[in-house]
Amino acid sequence: MKIHIRNGRVVDPLNQHDGIADIYVAAGKIVAMGTAPADFHANRVIDASGLVVCPGLVDLSVRLREPGFEYRATLESEMLAAAAGGVTSLACPPDTDPPLDEPGLVEMLKFRAKNLPGPRVYPLGALTQKLEGKLLTEMAELTEAGCRAFTQADAPLTDTQVLLRAMEYAATFDFSLWLRPQDVSLARGGIAHDGAIASRLGLPGIPALAETVALATILQLARATGARVHLSRLSTRDGIAMVRAAKAQGLAVTCDVATSHVHLCENDLVGFDAHLHLTPPLRALRDRDAIREALRDGSIDALCSDHTPVDEDEKQVPFGESSPGASGVELLLPLTLKWARDMGVPLIQAIDLVSWKPAQILGVPGGHLSVGSYADICVFDETAEWQVSARALMSQGKNTPFLDQPMQGRVRYTIIDGHLDFEAP
Amino acid sequence: MNPQLTADGRLRHLLTLDGLPRAILTQILDTAESFMDVGEREVKKVPLLRGKSIFNLFFEPSTRTRTTFEIAAKRLSADVVNLNIATSSQTKGEAILDTVDNLAAMHADMFIVRHSQSGAAHFIARNVAPHISVVNAGDGRHAHPTQGLLDMFTIRRYKGAFHNLTVAVVGDVLHSRVARSQIHALTTLGVPEVRVIGPKTLLPAGVEQMGVKVFHNMEQGLAGCDVVIMLRLQNERMRGALLPSAQEYFKFFGLTPEKLALAKPDAIVMHPGPMNRGVEIDSEVADGPQSVILPQVTYGIAVRMAVMAMLAGGNS
Amino acid sequence: MTASLPDAATLIDALAAAIAPGFDPDTRIVGIHTGGVWVAERLHALLRSPHPIGQLDISFYRDDFSRIGLHPQVKPSNLPYDLENRTLMLVDDVLHTGRTIRAAMNELFDYGRPASIKLAVLVDRGGRELPIRPDFAGLVLDVPAHQNINLSRLDDGHLSLSIA
Repeated sequence: MKIHIRNGRVVDPLNQHDGIADIYVAAGKIVAMGTAPADFHANRVIDASGLVVCPGLVDLSVRLREPGFEYRATLESEMLAAAAGGVTSLACPPDTDPPLDEPGLVEMLKFRAKNLPGPRVYPLGALTQKLEGKLLTEMAELTEAGCRAFTQADAPLTDTQVLLRAMEYAATFDFSLWLRPQDVSLARGGIAHDGAIASRLGLPGIPALAETVALATILQLARATGARVHLSRLSTRDGIAMVRAAKAQGLAVTCDVATSHVHLCENDLVGFDAHLHLTPPLRALRDRDAIREALRDGSIDALCSDHTPVDEDEKQVPFGESSPGASGVELLLPLTLKWARDMGVPLIQAIDLVSWKPAQILGVPGGHLSVGSYADICVFDETAEWQVSARALMSQGKNTPFLDQPMQGRVRYTIIDGHLDFEAP
Repeated sequence: MNPQLTADGRLRHLLTLDGLPRAILTQILDTAESFMDVGEREVKKVPLLRGKSIFNLFFEPSTRTRTTFEIAAKRLSADVVNLNIATSSQTKGEAILDTVDNLAAMHADMFIVRHSQSGAAHFIARNVAPHISVVNAGDGRHAHPTQGLLDMFTIRRYKGAFHNLTVAVVGDVLHSRVARSQIHALTTLGVPEVRVIGPKTLLPAGVEQMGVKVFHNMEQGLAGCDVVIMLRLQNERMRGALLPSAQEYFKFFGLTPEKLALAKPDAIVMHPGPMNRGVEIDSEVADGPQSVILPQVTYGIAVRMAVMAMLAGGNS
Repeated sequence: MTASLPDAATLIDALAAAIAPGFDPDTRIVGIHTGGVWVAERLHALLRSPHPIGQLDISFYRDDFSRIGLHPQVKPSNLPYDLENRTLMLVDDVLHTGRTIRAAMNELFDYGRPASIKLAVLVDRGGRELPIRPDFAGLVLDVPAHQNINLSRLDDGHLSLSIA
């Protein structure tokens, strides 16, 4: 399949390109930019006039819910949703049932995903067996099976000695560990940020200390072991400050935040909408503002959707009984664009946070539009306005706190490996 | 925006006192005043809610609260159905919404809801048909608005007004829905100084943002108070990481005659019940001349009648 | 548009004069909130009743509660005596459909069983919907259904009737 993307505004952070250009795709690769190669006859010409052409998005956390949680979502539905969100590569956490702690499970998932249209699926391996936080998984075997990094996802790791050993072992083979900093004991029983709003609403709190105390431990262990650590879903101002300081001291850590936490905060919980029950909890306004600023100054390396589709019944209960998480892979782009507009950040810098930078963290090809690279491309309309609704979302999970809210920016085409996997109706 | 009010500002549900205008709180108290003598008449009921069905939906058992709502509803001539869901359909795994829909199909007019989760009453109110009103009879740690109102009624009866009072709420504010409702009502009604007194382990984060002054010491906190509200300390919290023992709690935060003497001489002592004598309150105080704990119970019925009467009318 | 009506005080005087001949001093006078209480207070003075007057707020007995809801300012009913076997003089300002009187009688019976009830009104404007008639009326007037007769109390305590 040969595709000619005509007259679009090509925004490519790696190559610092932002301008109108034509892109030519053949045999799964970008074969030229600007002028067509000799004898190029497109099967498909995409008129991208007035549209933005950028690297396909790389999402560091998309739950596909297989195996085990097919009642919440299926591989088919979620890969389609990801493609509709302009995502061409995604990391999927191991908190499936059973968890991705054996090579066979990883291979099966990769095999299933490969035969479906949609993004490249990069499983994250379980750091410990059954995610129980006790025994290490066969990380080398899992890496061979295709795992890009190891994580507990949101499962607790209470034993600091296990964490130390995991880091030492991972450092031996230069495996990457993705850790969401949250002290299990300090967070115990909590469902909302321990602050004025949770106090008013009588929701048991998760203090910001749960994040900073865990971060202190992780950063110390990372320094001592030299393990490659990526910090997932930071949520607090103080946590961000610790990571910023650690980076300044030369520690090679990276970190991400979820798009919900860029736009929402504890104040939104008044009314007890279970769609706002998220992990980590929505923090105070000052934390949200710190996240927005840290994305601008580069202290936070990537934005992800933390896509967590749940069954509608799991949200149709009182706040504290609801399953945490939000469906978000289709909102990754518009929410990133909204942040950029709110903050006056150039488009190219915003795109960087959801393409090139996360591709580097995940250690995969993609995330840029260099000639000769994989043709993973997103074409979107920066100004298109739409409203979030159950019908507008392809994901089986309709659980989003942004339901009924207006969005600006919508994906028109998603090209993955040279195939047009999504085309807006 | 406020899910408790209709478009024209009338009470639609009673879920929390947080954010209710002062005029509505005052109207409830005034209406309750008119219901006060119904219990003393030859016929102890008025025909106001004749033909209305009120369902007591108790997902968390509480004979005491359920009974006061039941008496209040019956004095309004409503038909009352008690459902102790904690021991019936919930254990069979029936979702709350299914229970609610089933009862709505039986032509319920009002749900009195108690649930262990904060926000449960909001959740049910969001999901009921437009003609059904929801009264929160206690949700998790969040709110217990009728208790808060009956406490305000008690204070107004004994002190006449709110604008010149110093009120202290003492004890386990962290886990107390009663304390939250009291604090919102007191600040809305214009009490210039609301204090909370307790150890740091029992006060919620950022509690001062609810408009209260924080004390960790009874001697300082009680000085000059007109009203002292003691909170119940749950048994399971008397020993553990929050407190070392009931004895030590009583020593520092229990209300004794000596500590009460620091408040104004005419200060009243309140407690939402049931009391732990010798833990949060000394018997001598509980049964003493400054205690208004029993009148609180009596007023509770009139206040609940007022709330139900205001909710049930004008929507059919 | 307000048409002129007879002076309220003059009407009350006339009403008292009509009641006085057969008035048993043991009768308890009960006014219906709000206008009825004002009239009852005057009658109480004019008839030199030795007993305090009773006040009735019929909000809890209205038959249109489901439709229009609770009146925002309900006053407590106050009957400072036992009603059992008493003779009552029920007093209201304007008698119209009769529904208020029905509600008032229902309420009275919830306090006890009176021996008899007589009804005195300042104005009987017609338009009855229930089989109720006054024993004493200061003024009988045929008023079209769309018009309202109101008794109001001025700052100086004087009562004033108006039609609108």
